[in-house]
Amino acid sequence: MTDLHLWLIPLVPFAGFLVNGLLGRRLPKALVTTVALVASLIPLIQVAVIVTKIGSLTLPHIEKFSRPWIGAGAFHADFSFQLDQLALVMLCVVTGVGFLIHIYSVGYMAGEEGYWRFFAYMNLFLFFMLTLVLAENFLLMFVGWEGVGLASYLLIGFWYTRDSAVNAGKKAFIVNRIGDVGFILAMFLLIGHFGTLSFGDVFSQIAAHPAWQGGFLTAIGLLLFLGAAGKSAQIPLYVWLPDAMEGPTPVSALIHAATMVTAGVYMVARAHVIFDRSPYALGVVAIIGVATALFAATIGMVQTDIKRVLAYSTISQLGYMFLGCGVAAYSAGIFHLVTHAFFKALLFLAAGSVIHALGGEQDMRAMGGLRNKIPITFWTMTAAVLAISGCPPLAGFVSKDEILYQAFLSSKLLWAVGLLTAGLTSFYMFRLWYLTFFGESRVQPAEADHGAAVHARSDTKLVLEAEQNAPHVHESPWVMLWPLIILAILSVIGGWIGWPAGLGGTNWFAHFLEPAVKSVHMTYEQTTVAMATSTVGNPNPSPTGDKQIELILALVSTLVAFLGWLAAHVLYYARPELPARLASRLHALYALLRNKYWVDELYGALIVAPILFVGRWILGVLIDRGLIDGGTLTAGYTAQGLGALVARIQSGNIRSYAGWLALFAAVLLAVSWFGWTTHFLLR
Amino acid sequence: MLNDYILTAIIFLPAVGALVVAFLPRQGRVIQGFTLLVTLITFILSLHLPAHFDYARHGFQFEENRPWISSPAIRYHLGVDGLSLWLVLLATFLAPIGVLVSWRAIETRTKEFYFLFLLQQTAMIGIFVALDLFLYYGFWELSLVPMAILIAMFGPNRGRQAALKFFLYTFLPSALFLVAILWLYAKTNTFDFVQLQNLLTSGTAFSPQALWWVSLAFLVAFAVKVPVFPLHGWLSDTIHEAPTAMAMVVAGKLGLYSIFRFNLGLFPAQSRAIAPVMIVLAVVGLLYGALVALAQTDMKRLVAWSILSNLSFCTLGIFCFAIAGLDGAVFQTLNEGLTGGALLVLVSLLYERYGTYDMSLYGGLAAKLPMLATLFVITSLALIGLPLFNGFVGEFLVLSGSFQVHPGWIAAATSGVILSASYMLWMVQRIFYGKQSSLIVNRPAFDLNIREHITLWPMAVLMLVMGLLSPYWIKGIQSSVMQFSSGITRSSVIAPQPSRVSYVVGEVSATRGPSSHKKPSRGAQ
Repeated sequence: MTDLHLWLIPLVPFAGFLVNGLLGRRLPKALVTTVALVASLIPLIQVAVIVTKIGSLTLPHIEKFSRPWIGAGAFHADFSFQLDQLALVMLCVVTGVGFLIHIYSVGYMAGEEGYWRFFAYMNLFLFFMLTLVLAENFLLMFVGWEGVGLASYLLIGFWYTRDSAVNAGKKAFIVNRIGDVGFILAMFLLIGHFGTLSFGDVFSQIAAHPAWQGGFLTAIGLLLFLGAAGKSAQIPLYVWLPDAMEGPTPVSALIHAATMVTAGVYMVARAHVIFDRSPYALGVVAIIGVATALFAATIGMVQTDIKRVLAYSTISQLGYMFLGCGVAAYSAGIFHLVTHAFFKALLFLAAGSVIHALGGEQDMRAMGGLRNKIPITFWTMTAAVLAISGCPPLAGFVSKDEILYQAFLSSKLLWAVGLLTAGLTSFYMFRLWYLTFFGESRVQPAEADHGAAVHARSDTKLVLEAEQNAPHVHESPWVMLWPLIILAILSVIGGWIGWPAGLGGTNWFAHFLEPAVKSVHMTYEQTTVAMATSTVGNPNPSPTGDKQIELILALVSTLVAFLGWLAAHVLYYARPELPARLASRLHALYALLRNKYWVDELYGALIVAPILFVGRWILGVLIDRGLIDGGTLTAGYTAQGLGALVARIQSGNIRSYAGWLALFAAVLLAVSWFGWTTHFLLR
Repeated sequence: MLNDYILTAIIFLPAVGALVVAFLPRQGRVIQGFTLLVTLITFILSLHLPAHFDYARHGFQFEENRPWISSPAIRYHLGVDGLSLWLVLLATFLAPIGVLVSWRAIETRTKEFYFLFLLQQTAMIGIFVALDLFLYYGFWELSLVPMAILIAMFGPNRGRQAALKFFLYTFLPSALFLVAILWLYAKTNTFDFVQLQNLLTSGTAFSPQALWWVSLAFLVAFAVKVPVFPLHGWLSDTIHEAPTAMAMVVAGKLGLYSIFRFNLGLFPAQSRAIAPVMIVLAVVGLLYGALVALAQTDMKRLVAWSILSNLSFCTLGIFCFAIAGLDGAVFQTLNEGLTGGALLVLVSLLYERYGTYDMSLYGGLAAKLPMLATLFVITSLALIGLPLFNGFVGEFLVLSGSFQVHPGWIAAATSGVILSASYMLWMVQRIFYGKQSSLIVNRPAFDLNIREHITLWPMAVLMLVMGLLSPYWIKGIQSSVMQFSSGITRSSVIAPQPSRVSYVVGEVSATRGPSSHKKPSRGAQ
C-alpha cells in the first residue's frame, strides 16, 4: 500500500502553531505571515496530491502508530488515521477554505497587535480540525473535537480586553462541553458493548449482527447527536454560535461557518452505521434539524447586525444538513456541507469586507447604497446570496434541493417545513443584500457618541481607523478580494459536481461518496414489522424516487425562493417604510423574534442562576460552613473543654506547638525502640 | 549493587540534608541553595527506579528487608512496585519545585522552614515505600508534624486555626489507625505488609466483624487525608494558609496510595463491600467541590475546591474495581499532584506580585504578564481534562472503567467536566481578561523571571508528555493493578459484578485464572 503520510496533514499546521506561538512575539510580521501561510498551504498541496492519486488508492486507507496512545486492561486507543471518500471531501473543504481564509486574514488582521497570536491560533485550529477529520477512532476524533473547541474559545476571545468577547468564548466552550458529555458517554457505551472505539471494528461488528436494532444503538446514537448538537449549534445547544460573532470575522468564516460547526454533521455521517440501525435516533436527528432550521431562520429575519444574521443563517443551514442525515441521505447532508462552506465562508468574508470598508460598522441600519463604492465585494456577495437562497443553477440550489427531495421521499411534513425555511432564507438573505447595498446611504460619520457604540461592538483596530479618517468608504485590498472571487466562483459552480439525475445530471458526488456512507437503513415501520416477524437483517436501501417528482420539487422550491426575494424586494427596496409599520402592527411577534425567543434569558434563569445559587449558598454556606465546618469547630471546642492537650495547641505559642509535636515524635520513637507499649497493650 | 540500598538513600538523603540545614548560617541564600541541591540529588537518584524497574516482574522490587526490633517484630522493610514507583517519582520531582517556589516567598525563619520541608520529604517518600506497618505509621505521623507546624508558622491570616483544624482532622483518625495496626499485630504477630496480605487474604482466622472495624479504621484515616467528602473540612483552610510548597503535597497522593495499598491490598472483601458507599461519596464530592469552586471569589480557595473535586475522580476509580478505573485512579493521582501543584504555584506567583487572592481585584492581567497568563491557561486546560493533556487520560480511564459497573452514578460524575470547565475558565477570565483593574494598573508588572520559568515549564511539559505517552506510566501501574485483581478474586466474598466485556477486575481474573499475571494483549502492536 502506498504510504500517504496522513499524519503530516495535521502535524504541519501544528508546527506552524508552535513556531508562531512560541516565537511569534519576536518574529517580524512578514515571517509570521510566511510561517502561517506555508503551514496551511502544505496540507492543501498534500490533499491535492491525494486527489490526483485517488484512482490508484484502496480506500479506506489506514495509518497507525504502533504504540497505543491510551491502553488499560483489554482496551486501547491508538493514534490512527483513516482516509476514505468522506474524509477526503472534508479534507478538501478544510484545507481549501482554510487556506483562502488564511490569505484573507493577512489583509484583514494587518493592523492587529496580536497578529502572530491570531495566526498561531488559526494554525492550531487547522491541526485539530484535520485530526478530527482523519481520526480512525472515536477517541482521536474527540481529541480534534475538543481541540477545535479550544481554538474556537481562543479565537472568539481574541480581543480579550473586551468582556463581551471573553464571555462569548467562555459560553461557547461550556455549551460545547455539555454536548461533549454526550459524546463521552456514547464512547463509554461503545467500550462496554464493543470493547473498542475504532471505527472499523465497531462498524464491522454491527454489520455482522443484523439483529441489533435500536436498543443500545439508539442510546449511542442519541448521545452522539447530543455532541453533534453542541458542536453544530442545534436546538437546544445553539445559543453559543450567535455570541461567537464577537471573534474576528475571518474566524467566523472559517470556524463558525465553513468547518468546525459542520463537525457534528461529519460525525453523524461517519457514524451512520449506528444511526442506520436506529430509526428513533434518525428521527430525532431529522426533527431537531428541521426545527432548528426553521427556528433560526425566523430569528434571522429581524436581526440588524450583519454578522448575527449570518450566524442565525448558519444555524439554520446546519439544520438542513441534519435533516439530510436524519432521512439517511448522508451524502446529501455532506453535499450541502460542502456548498455551504463555499457560500457561507464567502458571505462572512464579504461581510468582513463591508465592515472593513465602513471602518468597523456592523449594524445594517447604518449601511445602504454601498454597491457602487465596493463593487467587487458587492458582486461576490451577490453570488453568495443567490447561492444560499437557492437560485438555480448555483451551488446552494443543487444541494438544498437534494436534501428537500430526500426529505420529501421520507416525510411530506419534513419537506414542507424545509420548504418554508427555504423561503424564509431567501427573504432574510435578500433583506441583508438590499439593506447593505441598495437604497440611500445611511452611513454615518464617526462622531464621538456614535464611536462609543461602535467601540462596544466591533474590531478595535477598525474603530481606530474609523476615528482617524471618518466615513471614507473604500474597497478592501486585493489580498482580501482574491479569496472572495475564488469563493464566488465556487459558490456558482460548486454544486455542479452533484447535479441531480432529475435535472439531467448524474449526481456524481453521491456516487463518489457512496462507499463511505452507503445507507442500509430501515424506516421505523419496517423495523417494527421486522422485529415482530423476526426477519431482521434484510434492510431496504434508501427509497428511490422518480425523476419527474424531482423536477417538480425543484420547480416548487425555486418558486418559493423567488417569493422570498419578492417579499424582501417589496419591503426593503420598493416600499422601505413598510417594515417599521409591520413591526408595530405585529408588535408581539416582532418582539419575540427580535429577542430571540428569550432563550438566553430562559437558560440564565432556569439553569445558570440556580447552579450558582446552589454552589454559593446551599453547598458553600449552608452545608459546608454550617454542617461540615461547624461540626469540626464543635469537635474542636469539645476537645478543648476536655483535654489540656488541645488547650495547649490553642494557646497559640508556636514554640509550644513545636515542643508538643517533638514530644509526640519522641514518644513514637521510644515506642518503637523499646516496644513496651505494645507489650503492655497486647499481652 | 545500587539496587539494594537505593530506597534508603532516597528516603534519608533529605533527612540528612535537614540535619545539615540546622547548622547552616542564615545569611544569603545558603540554606535555599543547599536544600535545592539535596532535593535535586534525591530526584536524580530516584530516576534510578524507573530506569531499572522490571515491568515484567510482579511483586516488590528494590526491596530491603532487615530486622529492626525483634520484639515487637518490627522490620525495616522497603520496596517499590508499579503502584508506588511513580508516586515516589512525583514526590521527588515536586521537591525541587517546592524549593524554587519558596525561594522568595519564605524570607523569614528560613532554617525552620527548610528543615521541616526536608523532614516532610523523607516522611512522604517513606510512606510510599515502607512495607512494615509500624515503619509506615512512623512515616505517616512524621508527615503530619512538619505540615501542622509550617501551617501554623506561615499561615498569612489564620494559620493557627487552620493548623488546629488540620491537626484535629488528621491526628484523631490516626490514633484509631494505630490501634487497628496494633490489633492486627496482636492477632498475627507481624507488622509486615506482605505477610499480612497473605494471612488476611487467605486465612479465615479472623472474625469478619473485627476485620470490618479494622478496615474502617484504616479507611477513615486515609480518607481524611485524601480527602473524601464529607471529611474535607480541613482542606480549604489548610491549602489557603499553608506555604505553597506544602499545599502542593498536602492532599491526594498519600491518602489515595494508602487506600490502594492497604485497604484494597489487605481488606479486599471489605473494600468491595463498602465500594458502593465510597462511589456515592466520590460522585457527590466531585460535583460538590465543583459547585462550591464555582462560587469562590478567592482564587486559592477555588483551587482547593477544584482539588477536592479532582481527587474524587481518583476515589471513584479505586472503588469501581475495574482495571481501567484503577489504572486511571493512580494516573489521575499523579496528574493531580502535578496539575494541582502547578496551579498552586501560579496562584502563589500572583500573590507575590499583587498581595491578594481576591479575584475581584484582578482583571486584564494577560496584557501585562503574557507568559504567566499562557502557563496559567495551559495548566487550566490540563486540569479540565482537555485531550492530549494528562488530565484527559486519567479522567477517561476512570470514567470509562467505572461506567461499565455503575452507569448511573458515572453519568452524573461525567457532568462534572462541564462544571470544571466553567469554574476554571471563569477564573482565567476574572484574573487575566477584561479591562485592567486599578490594582493591575498601579503595580509594576514583572512577568516570569528565569527561576519561575524553571519552576513552571517542567510541569507544563510533563502535563503534555503524560497526555501523549500515557502507556509509559500505565504499564507500571497496570502491573500492580493486575496483581491486585488476582488477589481480589482469591478472596472474593462478593461475586464479581456482571459486565459485558472483560473490563472489570473480577471478570478478567475469572477468565485468566487467579494465578495468571499476564499483561493483557494490546491488540495489534
